[in-house]
Amino acid sequence: MKNTNEATDASHYKYIGTRSIRPDGFEKVTGRANYGADLSLPGMIWGKMLRSPHAHAMIKSIDISKAEALAGVMAVVTYNDFPSVSSEIVATGEGTEDLLDLARNLMADGKVLYHGHAILGVAAISRQIAEQALALIDVEYEVLPAVLDVRDAMAKDAPVLHEKMYTEGLAETPNTASNVASVVELKKGDVDAGFAQADVIVEREFYTPTVHQGYIEPHACTVRYDEHGQSMVWCSTQGHFDVRATTAKLLHMSLSKLKVIASEIGGGFGGKTTVYLEPVALLMSKKSGRPVKMIMDRDEVFKASGPGSATRNWIKIGAKNDGTITAMQGKLHYEAGAFKGSPARLGGMTAFTPYDVENMFVECYDVVVNKPKVAAYRAPGAPQAEYAAEMIVSELAARLAIDPIDFRLQNAAKEGTKTIYGPKLKRVGLVECLEAAKNSPHYQQALKENQGRGVSSGFWFNIGGSSSVTLNMNRDGTGTIVEGSPDIGGSRASMQLMAAETLGIAAESFKTIVADTENIAHNDGTGGSRTTFATGMAVVEAAKDVIRQMKERAASVWNVNVDVIDWVDGVAINVGGSEKLSAAEICATADRTGGQISGQGNINARGAGPSFAVHICDVEVDKETGKVDVVRYTAIQDAGKAIHPSYVEGQYQGGAAQGIGWALNEEYVYNDKGILQNPGFLDYRIPLASDLPMIETVIVEVPNPAHPFGVRGVGESGIIPPLAATAYAVSDAINAPITDLPCSPPNVLAVIQANS
Amino acid sequence: MARVIFPDEIEKLIGENNLMVDARVFRDVVTELIGRYPELKESSLDKMAVAIDDVIVVDPLLEPINSDSDIYFFHFVTGG
Amino acid sequence: MAKVHVNTTVNGDAVEFLCNPGETLLDILRNDLQLTGTKEGCGSGDCGACSITVDDRLVCSCLVLAVEAEGKKIGTIEGVADKDQLNVIQQKFLEHAALQCGICTPGLIVSVQALLKENPNPTEEQARYYLAGNLCRCTGYDKIIRAVMDAAETMRGAA
Repeated sequence: MKNTNEATDASHYKYIGTRSIRPDGFEKVTGRANYGADLSLPGMIWGKMLRSPHAHAMIKSIDISKAEALAGVMAVVTYNDFPSVSSEIVATGEGTEDLLDLARNLMADGKVLYHGHAILGVAAISRQIAEQALALIDVEYEVLPAVLDVRDAMAKDAPVLHEKMYTEGLAETPNTASNVASVVELKKGDVDAGFAQADVIVEREFYTPTVHQGYIEPHACTVRYDEHGQSMVWCSTQGHFDVRATTAKLLHMSLSKLKVIASEIGGGFGGKTTVYLEPVALLMSKKSGRPVKMIMDRDEVFKASGPGSATRNWIKIGAKNDGTITAMQGKLHYEAGAFKGSPARLGGMTAFTPYDVENMFVECYDVVVNKPKVAAYRAPGAPQAEYAAEMIVSELAARLAIDPIDFRLQNAAKEGTKTIYGPKLKRVGLVECLEAAKNSPHYQQALKENQGRGVSSGFWFNIGGSSSVTLNMNRDGTGTIVEGSPDIGGSRASMQLMAAETLGIAAESFKTIVADTENIAHNDGTGGSRTTFATGMAVVEAAKDVIRQMKERAASVWNVNVDVIDWVDGVAINVGGSEKLSAAEICATADRTGGQISGQGNINARGAGPSFAVHICDVEVDKETGKVDVVRYTAIQDAGKAIHPSYVEGQYQGGAAQGIGWALNEEYVYNDKGILQNPGFLDYRIPLASDLPMIETVIVEVPNPAHPFGVRGVGESGIIPPLAATAYAVSDAINAPITDLPCSPPNVLAVIQANS
Repeated sequence: MARVIFPDEIEKLIGENNLMVDARVFRDVVTELIGRYPELKESSLDKMAVAIDDVIVVDPLLEPINSDSDIYFFHFVTGG
Repeated sequence: MAKVHVNTTVNGDAVEFLCNPGETLLDILRNDLQLTGTKEGCGSGDCGACSITVDDRLVCSCLVLAVEAEGKKIGTIEGVADKDQLNVIQQKFLEHAALQCGICTPGLIVSVQALLKENPNPTEEQARYYLAGNLCRCTGYDKIIRAVMDAAETMRGAA
């Protein structure tokens, strides 16, 4: 492990930086932890969705009479059962979204826009009867031609998904509807002048397919509607406060009448930041008077949740012979799926941010197609754009005969670099990551025959936002950390360590619980790599609040001014005398000194520090079949400060594995009618244990000055570099350019044959 | 005077990409902008992310503004 | 449709239940016997989250009909620990931080137990291929494989 800042040397901390056992571990290795599908209630019935067999069609009629007549069917719900919803921008776990789009994605309003689009919900006394009822529903469709790619969607006379959608961001407001939702430009300097200075210019268009987050746990919820008191939703989500806000808005409920409990969550990666089932389940519960459970089948997860945008991105970069990059330009096209709101702009904001280059220009197109509405996926929008940019950067380095890491170092973004989206970067660790990559044993190792190597950088902003924490001290000096950030990868352990470090009390003394929406104030969701940063900051605030109260209590016991009380290693010390009181002693007598002790940390965290990553990938290509094996892989990333190094490494390794899957095998396969051909794990192949080598990690620590322990979020940047690192390694091995992902055997074989 | 810098989508709306405002806290900036440009709605500014002196702040209403501050509006950043 | 009466053994306990002929053993375990430690990730035998043993043979319980449990010995994640005493594999998963979200963990631990019973001294490659039917989307498998190799070594030392 590399440590680049002595001020935050691990020796300086007692608990932070240790590899403690996670507090929720016992439940998770014994099967006792309860996930989205694990709650059953007395009298509960089962809900299922009817989904469109077509990619694009008008619904002419729906006949539910036979289904309603089936014994055991308790409720049928269609779009018309929802309270009326109008176009309105609302804050959701996805940032901001149009409420009307959310409602129409939940259930089709007269028109289906993708294969698997929900049409209605049925609840029955068993899953089997609910499924039988779905088969009895007659829907008459008028099938429309589907558009499945940005090229088709942007073609003249293309079938239009939304008759009232006019392209935003053009100089003149258009008067015909379009599948292009918006066009946005980002610029810095003058790219024409920049390209004029270049000795070498490389440009290509790249394709990345639709991919899915691929969490192993399908979406699931159990709900109970209660007209008079409290309705309840139990669900697997990254943000239960967002589920509450969205569901309450769609069903015209007040927030205080709806309690949302976040179950343990079986993976999300951005895909569990919105609602698909919960409002429908609540309506069916209202209609039937019974609790309702809904669980998506795996094929529904693929057809109707997630995915991440497919893209066609053109990139052009110019450099001088001495290795100075003079201009970077891009034209990015992102599929939004059936409703506007792809992360095209985030692609534009991230594509070139690892570089300190004067002249940049990017156009970002947000395009609707007849595929599921895209959801956030780990650093949403960044992997696709940075893939294209990093492929060209590597190709340029090769053309200039400069080492690809040296080339990146020469042009690396650093403190003070002005970004294409405006502000300058604060202290960041890209240079340190590149240097660590250059010095790694992996980079020194020679390649063998049929092998190739790729290097890529990755940038993601990271976010802060709203976090609320209460730290309740018990009478024996132990405490409960009450937080509201679903723990998706071990964050309870990090909260424990930060509380322990602040208070000077052993980490095992704290229990961390993720409270429901009634038991803690609002928290933004677990996303944007914000939890250890922002919720961690709230934990530190709550712990400081506890220390303040403890010192006051000690001062009142000793009848001295609180100014003379020190707090050292969990003990209050009277600096002017010899008295000491431990936290346990103060807590035991708290009622005598003013009541129980409880700290509060409700914050809007600012100063999130970007995390840069650099990955190195070696592959071996079987030139007969086009099969690619990753033979060595190293992930290097700036954590700011690793609170729990094992879970930081886990984020690097997991991001790398997802990115390798994206580069090598994962893609949605549609037929020409827009029917998804591979909605299952057998044919949508995510990496298996046998597909991967060990993934080496280097934790670089360039502290984020805005966080008390220097934390930067680490959850997202790691999925960005694998695409170009892996694909460029393939390109290096076969000595031919790769532009289209995935580098699956038939695709790689085709490139080999075309270039031989 | 603090400097306010706009992204493409606001520039297209008001025809300017940067301007100077007199402000003590961020609220003054918003009041000044919607006063000067009726086509700018408070809700469209609310949708944007803001960086004040290179620190990204969500919901900055009462954030102090210095006389030499740079205030960037840009697309809201989410996460996965 | 008449329900079928099934007598079986789950984690050493005699159990009887009624099921429809078409119901999977996974659904009975989760919904009727409240053994929700066994997870459903796909329902088609592709992800391994529902891994259990039937007469010591590792299977995906989503592919087994509940009626097939008649007279058999079923082993699930709930039977791996000895009350509150974790098995070595479970302990090593915690020590190596071999889980993030934890949804694949019960199935993986059942599979690792089956692996080490068949082959107490697997190579890394053998472990990776044996566990190829257990998908994990969070970890990249690195820490899982380290936990498996460490557990194997510890168990060999204890034997």
